Amino acid sequence: MRPILVRGGRILDPSRNIDQVADLLLQDGKVVASGQSLGRPDGAEVLEAAGKVVAPGLIDLHVHLREPGQEDLETVASGAMAAAAGGFSAVCAMPNTDPVTDNQAAVGFIVSQAQRAGKARVYPIGAISLGQKGQQLAEFGELVGAGAVAVSDDGKPVVSSHLMRTALEYARTFGIPVADHCEDPTLAAGGAMHEGLVATRLGLKGVPAAAEEIMVARDILLAELTGGHAHLCHMSTRGSVELIRRAKEKGLRVTAEACPHHFTLTHEACEGYNTNAKMNPPLREPEDREAIRQALRDGTIDVICTDHAPHHYDAKEREFDDAPNGIIGLETALGLAITELVDGGIIDLPTLIIRMSTMPARIFNLPGGTLARGAAADVVVIDPAARWTVEPERFYSKSRNTPFGGRQLRGRADVTIVRGQIVFRREG
Amino acid sequence: MPSRTPLLDDRALGRTLARMATEIVERGRGTDDLVLVGIQRRGVELADRLKRLIDQSQGSSIPCGKLDITLYRDDLQTVGARPVVGETRLPNLDGRTVVIVDDVLYTGRTVRAALDECADFGRPQRILLCVLIDRGGRELPIQADIVGLTVGTRPGDRVDVFVSELDGRDAVELVRG
Amino acid sequence: MCSFRSSTAATRSSWCAADMGGLSLGKDLVGLEPLSADQIRLILDTAEPFKEVSERPIKKVPALRGKTIVNLFFEASTRTRISFEFAEKRLSADTVNVATVGSSVSKGETLVDTARNLEAMRIDMVVIRHGASGAAQFLGQRIRSNVINAGDGKHEHPTQGLLDILTLRDRFKRIEGLKVAICGDILHSRVARSNIWGLLKLGAEVGVCGPATLLPRNVHELGVTVLPRIEDAIQWADALNILRLQLERMEAGFLPSLREYNRVFGVTSERLAKAPKDLLILHPGPMNRGVEIDSDVADGPHSVILPQVTNGVAVRMAVLYLLAGGSPDWAQQAGGGE
Repeated sequence: MRPILVRGGRILDPSRNIDQVADLLLQDGKVVASGQSLGRPDGAEVLEAAGKVVAPGLIDLHVHLREPGQEDLETVASGAMAAAAGGFSAVCAMPNTDPVTDNQAAVGFIVSQAQRAGKARVYPIGAISLGQKGQQLAEFGELVGAGAVAVSDDGKPVVSSHLMRTALEYARTFGIPVADHCEDPTLAAGGAMHEGLVATRLGLKGVPAAAEEIMVARDILLAELTGGHAHLCHMSTRGSVELIRRAKEKGLRVTAEACPHHFTLTHEACEGYNTNAKMNPPLREPEDREAIRQALRDGTIDVICTDHAPHHYDAKEREFDDAPNGIIGLETALGLAITELVDGGIIDLPTLIIRMSTMPARIFNLPGGTLARGAAADVVVIDPAARWTVEPERFYSKSRNTPFGGRQLRGRADVTIVRGQIVFRREG
Repeated sequence: MPSRTPLLDDRALGRTLARMATEIVERGRGTDDLVLVGIQRRGVELADRLKRLIDQSQGSSIPCGKLDITLYRDDLQTVGARPVVGETRLPNLDGRTVVIVDDVLYTGRTVRAALDECADFGRPQRILLCVLIDRGGRELPIQADIVGLTVGTRPGDRVDVFVSELDGRDAVELVRG
Repeated sequence: MCSFRSSTAATRSSWCAADMGGLSLGKDLVGLEPLSADQIRLILDTAEPFKEVSERPIKKVPALRGKTIVNLFFEASTRTRISFEFAEKRLSADTVNVATVGSSVSKGETLVDTARNLEAMRIDMVVIRHGASGAAQFLGQRIRSNVINAGDGKHEHPTQGLLDILTLRDRFKRIEGLKVAICGDILHSRVARSNIWGLLKLGAEVGVCGPATLLPRNVHELGVTVLPRIEDAIQWADALNILRLQLERMEAGFLPSLREYNRVFGVTSERLAKAPKDLLILHPGPMNRGVEIDSDVADGPHSVILPQVTNGVAVRMAVLYLLAGGSPDWAQQAGGGE
């Protein structure tokens, strides 16, 4: 493996409070040095990074790779490539595959598929309950032993408070977070979009914000009761943000994530029955979007993740009620974050790196998220000024279900390096 | 530059209608079974006037109806915007002598549509066609039985009929294209 | 000046423009929300002569002769389908009925495939009733045939809204300033939504009356007045449009019982007796006698439920007439003259 010298870029490493133009040297899969005018070792590849941002590789804590079971939509390999193209050096894959990733063999399978692909790292998330049926606890110890970094029944909420409590307590033994998809099923049942004026006009059953907030409140209380780490997936409402803010003020071990579509779009995007605006939790009102943005600024929401959810064109090409929930996001997340949040004046670039690299690594206890000496050489070189248009046909992902086709964005990854090897390089 | 030539002024129009009323009674062999049917739009006003003239001179009270032929047009499939449909109200036509009244007879397609539509209302004993102006240019084998005035025209020309009930004055004018 | 000629563009355009003002409805009728007040008035005005056609001995005009129309009903419906069928046949169109009762998931063919098959058979117009909101628009975007929404999920039922408004106009001679209260399950009702859009656009005041569980939480944002009790609606309105209450609502927990609904919200003759004006009573049908409306009210002197049905055929004829042959490509071709 050749050493890599990343020369002259703006190194942003919030984990060490670094923000300066310098060189970065990667060797044998690790960061060996950073500083001014580093010499070029023999045989090293030089990446000229003047005008670019050099940051620890982005980490996405919440993606859906459809392997095993729906490999036509996405595989571990195609997802890992899409991640790399998006600037991610690592992603965490949710277990709602077919069959569900609820045992050590299944976890091991994901790990080995990721190794074979050799692109972004893929850390499996194991199921909380067997088959994600919400009844019997899965073997967390076995899952973690095989490589799982967290547990979740995402796709579905953990309906039983007793099960959530037990999961939080049991997970403490292994030091892993329990990630919950916060949704009260009886309030949300049959809902296709946010309950509001747009749903009324379109004649669609809505999901009220309370459906999410009820479970957020419950999970916070259970985190307090158990001392466990509750990680709240894809937050979407201002009420949820309020609850999390107060929980953090009390010092509870509650962390939260938000997706680019929730800080970019509102329920208006569903006009014309656009199924690419259908996801769970749904797009909400402008006030909710604003609250999410502010929460990303003040850290109430710790991380940005994509909830990358591939679906087939045919599946989305149908009546709104029948269309599946979710959109892909790995290849648009960075561009949306820079365009909407940084250019929008909500956060600065260092904070962006915190939300997309430093904090994800920290809260899930993953390697990466830092460029300290001796750290894994997971690096992303970002061109923060590049203007580009989203062209779904050119995605590395196997799926195309995104509402952002044709949108003008600013900022994207030029080079993604994992374990000291370039896994993605933008042409032209 | 289009030129406008008067063909009938209000007095000439009145005289022509009076003569047409007499011809209708003559061709209809009296007023016993006579029914006038005016084609929307101006045919309706003309039929009303003819009815009054006939009733005055014959002491009769002949039934008079109105017919909108829009839904029977043969060019409905190619016309872009949908034409507005006017009112149709007909008395009993069975066994009667029906006189269809229109302002201008040109290609004959309006009358063809009117004949089709009348057939859907009943079975007249006889149908006569009465027009104020026959401008030639027939595209179908249709002829008028009672004609106010025959005028030679070219395809780009237009014959405008004005009636006081709708237009504030009585006149017929030829507009050369 | 009623002679027409299928060739000279000058003659035809002057005839049409004078009477039309260049208004058209576009390719599809998906709902009343996208229409302007002028377009709605156009449909109502066009319905008038079609009322007369239904009174003739031969109830047929050749206006849509040779057109093929498919009635694609994914939800069971007798009255709406029959009404459309009469409208189509009275315009001399050829009609085909396709009834696939059941959800779009339970049937084998997707709506997209159904659409493509219809287009491959060169159908001129499709009248669709479907259980999913947005289904009519979905179909209209994918086939070139005209698409008429006969009810899509909870979204809209535009011809019902139009015939309700026409019936009101027949009686009151105007819509502007009229106070119309829509009573019942507004939350799940496409008839309510179409009525709300149409009435508001024509300048009426619209009230909604029903149990809070059956009103959308933000209904006032639509521009309607919320009338908490049926007595309030009876005091306020010039006309009541009473919606059918469905048994499924009770089973889904929105209401304790139909009996309670009748006791609290039912339009009875005792309640109507207290009305300050002669209230007009409308109902889209079919009625649950004794639930939302009592028999003596439904059959009483204030009810216009049967005229609604008559107007339904005329309105549907007007819609079919206005949409047929009015597609943009055709108009462009025809506009060039021949």
